[in-house]
Amino acid sequence: MNVVEASGLGRRYGRMWALRDCSLAIPAGHVVALIGPNGAGKSTLLNLLVGLGAPSAGRVSVLGGLVPGSPGALDGVAFVAQDTPIYKSLSVEDMLHLTQNLNRRFDRASAETRLANLEIPLARKAGQLSGGQQAQLALSLALGRHPQLLVLDEPVAMLDPIARHDFMAAVLTAAADDGVSVLLSSHVLSELERVADYLILLSRGRVQVAGEVDELLAGHRVLSGPAGEADICSEWPVVHERRGQAQTHVLVRAGAEDPVPPRWEAHRVGLEELALAYLREPEAAALPGPAPTSMQEMR
Amino acid sequence: MSTLAASARPRRDMRPLPWRRMAWVIWRQHRLALIGVLATLSALSLGLWLLGLHLHNVYAAAAACRPESSSFCAGLANRFSGTDRLLADGYLLQVVPALVGAFMGAPLLAREFESRTFRYAWTQGLGRSRWTVAKLVGLAAVVVLASAAFGAVLSWYYHPYFAAGNENLAFYEKSPLSGGLFDLRGIALPAWTLAAFAVGGLAGTLIRRIVPAILATLAVYAGLAFAAGLFLRERYMTPALTSHLQLLEGPQTKPFGTDWIISQTYARGGHTVAATTVERFLRGAPEGNLGKGFDPTQYLIQHGYTIWTRYQPAGRFWTFQWIEGGWLLALSALLLCGTVWLVRRRAT
Repeated sequence: MNVVEASGLGRRYGRMWALRDCSLAIPAGHVVALIGPNGAGKSTLLNLLVGLGAPSAGRVSVLGGLVPGSPGALDGVAFVAQDTPIYKSLSVEDMLHLTQNLNRRFDRASAETRLANLEIPLARKAGQLSGGQQAQLALSLALGRHPQLLVLDEPVAMLDPIARHDFMAAVLTAAADDGVSVLLSSHVLSELERVADYLILLSRGRVQVAGEVDELLAGHRVLSGPAGEADICSEWPVVHERRGQAQTHVLVRAGAEDPVPPRWEAHRVGLEELALAYLREPEAAALPGPAPTSMQEMR
Repeated sequence: MSTLAASARPRRDMRPLPWRRMAWVIWRQHRLALIGVLATLSALSLGLWLLGLHLHNVYAAAAACRPESSSFCAGLANRFSGTDRLLADGYLLQVVPALVGAFMGAPLLAREFESRTFRYAWTQGLGRSRWTVAKLVGLAAVVVLASAAFGAVLSWYYHPYFAAGNENLAFYEKSPLSGGLFDLRGIALPAWTLAAFAVGGLAGTLIRRIVPAILATLAVYAGLAFAAGLFLRERYMTPALTSHLQLLEGPQTKPFGTDWIISQTYARGGHTVAATTVERFLRGAPEGNLGKGFDPTQYLIQHGYTIWTRYQPAGRFWTFQWIEGGWLLALSALLLCGTVWLVRRRAT
């Protein structure tokens, strides 16, 4: 099952396309990082996936063919929006009760255990919690619904490094223990290497890179060689070229078994470096990944 | 993962969530507004009850006084007319349905947009349509019931002004159809309160900020109330037309009792005569304008004028109440449906 499938998906605000011609197929069981510069369309895409927005073009489905926002999709997709919206005047306990009443299933006991482990008092007003605690509360409410897909929009953007680390650890635990597929957007690249095993890079409203992190890393090499001979690398698709005084570093799409030109060296590339290279070159594209399946079923 | 998904999906019970779950949600999220409105209406009712006891006593004394023409009875009648003069015309209390509706209706969705919490509320399993319908209908029901109860208190309070037999007493006459009292009595009060609530709901969805939405609601409500009072209400039914003036029944009796006079026009020889012509004619009367015992109406009739009066009989009160309640209910339903439709199609 693909937890997310989109084909030709677009969303327009007035005359501006916030998201355009987006085709995706994300298999279940991944922690997916959605990255891209501000204004690339990350929030727009996530809103379309959770049913808060409607597509202007194309089609999108979640959890193997469900329309976002439909009862089945709402049931299986939990969403923590940017800046973790919760009712600030309600107590933590009231937020639990509210979420329980608004959902078909809610594992209140496990949510309370999580909050107790985090030392978040149930009687405290949600608005009086720290930013990190509010984020953890929103995450606990979402996980208590036992979703198949957990969508997080910039969950750690407002958090300090420790809270950020704790939050991501909680997400990873849930993904590992409960088999929840996670899709999180971020413009904080440093966390991703540890967290994500699937990467989607949005740029200017289009999907630039999509694929499993291992495959992406295996399919790219940084070649370093004499500054004057950069042209030699053009037999591979060049993503990004960085020229130094004596040496040129070229990120190319090439596997480990591809031959390296004489006097050049090949290095493995890190996820952050790879992402940065693509972010700097919006025209470059790498779109491996599985083919859509349930789109045919939907017809 | 595919095995987990396959085993997980049939397990899901896809029956819709029961509506009663929203009862707790509505109470918890709106209890301040609910308590505030109910407390305010209770306090107002208590005050009106205390004032009303006094008013009813004064009225009973004046109505029972005999002989009616004595100066003692005239004093009692004056005392009744002078009691609670601020409330007597009903204009002060017009703000109650407006405020109740605005404070319950406008923040309902505006707060979700302003604090951006709609992103939480509308992504829960219940779904945004059911969430919106439950909140609108639940709170509308409370608004209608509370204002209906308050309306019962008001109807009791104002009863002396419209009591049977008043037309034979020397009281200042009030028509149950005109002015600020029509919409404070009967079914008009809950209907107007519901309309204010519905306007508030839509305004909150369109404006998405609490304070501007409340202000917009009050403005729209005021416009609607003025339009109804000044233009619409007199057209609910074709007015009755008469040239009869009931002049023979004595100077104490108003020509039309508690009927609601819409307009009076003058005619002579089958043609309508402009008011300025009539004035000029009266000014030329031999007795003079200020002469004692001069009755201009009598004078005009003696000189071949007919005075046509268009009026709404006071007996149409309940018909008018149902007409006003009906269109307000239809308008409210339309506005509430519009709100749900906007919420459904709203794309962030």
